[in-house]
Amino acid sequence: MDKPESGPELFKKTREFLEVFRKGEEFTQDLLKENERLRYKIVQLEEDSKTIKKGMEGTPVSELQEMLQKVQEEKQTLLDRFKEVEAENKDFATKYIEVEEENNNLANLYVASYQLHSTLDFNEVLRILQEIVINLVGSDRFAIMVLDEVTNELTAVASEGIEEKRMKKIKLGEGIIGDVAKTGESYFEPDVEGFKPAHEMDTLVCIPLKIKDRVIGVLAIFSLLEQKSKKLSRVDYELFSMLAGHAATAIFSSKLYSVSERKLSTIQGFIDLLSGKDK
Amino acid sequence: MAEYNFLVVEDSPTMRQLISFSLKRIRGARIFEAGNGVEALKKLSESKINLIVADINMPLMDGLKLLSIVRKDPNYSLIPVIIVSTEGADADKEKGLKLGANAYLPKPIQTNELLKTVKELAKIEE
Repeated sequence: MDKPESGPELFKKTREFLEVFRKGEEFTQDLLKENERLRYKIVQLEEDSKTIKKGMEGTPVSELQEMLQKVQEEKQTLLDRFKEVEAENKDFATKYIEVEEENNNLANLYVASYQLHSTLDFNEVLRILQEIVINLVGSDRFAIMVLDEVTNELTAVASEGIEEKRMKKIKLGEGIIGDVAKTGESYFEPDVEGFKPAHEMDTLVCIPLKIKDRVIGVLAIFSLLEQKSKKLSRVDYELFSMLAGHAATAIFSSKLYSVSERKLSTIQGFIDLLSGKDK
Repeated sequence: MAEYNFLVVEDSPTMRQLISFSLKRIRGARIFEAGNGVEALKKLSESKINLIVADINMPLMDGLKLLSIVRKDPNYSLIPVIIVSTEGADADKEKGLKLGANAYLPKPIQTNELLKTVKELAKIEE
């Protein structure tokens, strides 16, 4: 059995117990205060939350909606512009192809006219004209006919795919070729693809070789090369139109030149004879 | 800028000028011209040629003979060759391709087609 505690010891223990009790009380007080502070904080946070909620429900949403509307409008504008630019691009691409084609056509026309005027030799001019018709127009059967202004007859001076000798002389106004020479108007068979000649001189295209309004001959085309797709393009018509003028000038100049050359040599012969150089 | 040496072999001055004129539109193109196969071989020995455009029907040496010589010569065998001809016949095309031509173009030549083929064969990007 434990000994009963003495009076001073009991007193000491009582004081210690009271001390602990007082500290516990202080601690409880602190806890209560902290609790109160936290409650207040919660209330404050709840208030804040309510305000934020109110704010979200109010002005900012309408602003966002407005912004969204604006963005959608901008998007539509951009889409419209994009479509416009796309259409412009397509337009540019088409124009680019057209310009390229035009360049090619101009190059063909330049080469043709350059070659035609590169010589004053009549036979050379005819040879070049034949090359142009074969290589640029794409014909394998054609004839170049010159008009005799005395007899009013057209005679073949050069041909391809058909013998000149076999070609009869054509009177002015006779058939398509004679008519073209008479009127000075080009003839184009309306149905090139379906063209079925009954005679070897049935004409697909006939163009007058003209110097101003004076017809000096014709270019008659009887058929096109197989790979020519049996149709005439815009450049072909331009080429025909160019040939009508340039070929005529080239043929006329070269004929004139050969005549003047002959005359010059005759005159020179006379001069030599008179001056006694021949002796 | 890259340079490309093209050899145009064609007896017709009109066609030669036309092909050269078209090829000059390629940036950096230098054109060498020959009137037949013999002249072409001379030009080949004088300059470094990147591509040949040759006609089939030519005097002295035709395009097919030139092609067979080029393909047999190790110095020139890798040069791309385009054969052009008025004939348009499948036989010509077949002969040319059999001898090693890289492409065949029938006359009348379409400039766009010629340029497209040349750019493809010479690996030119514009």
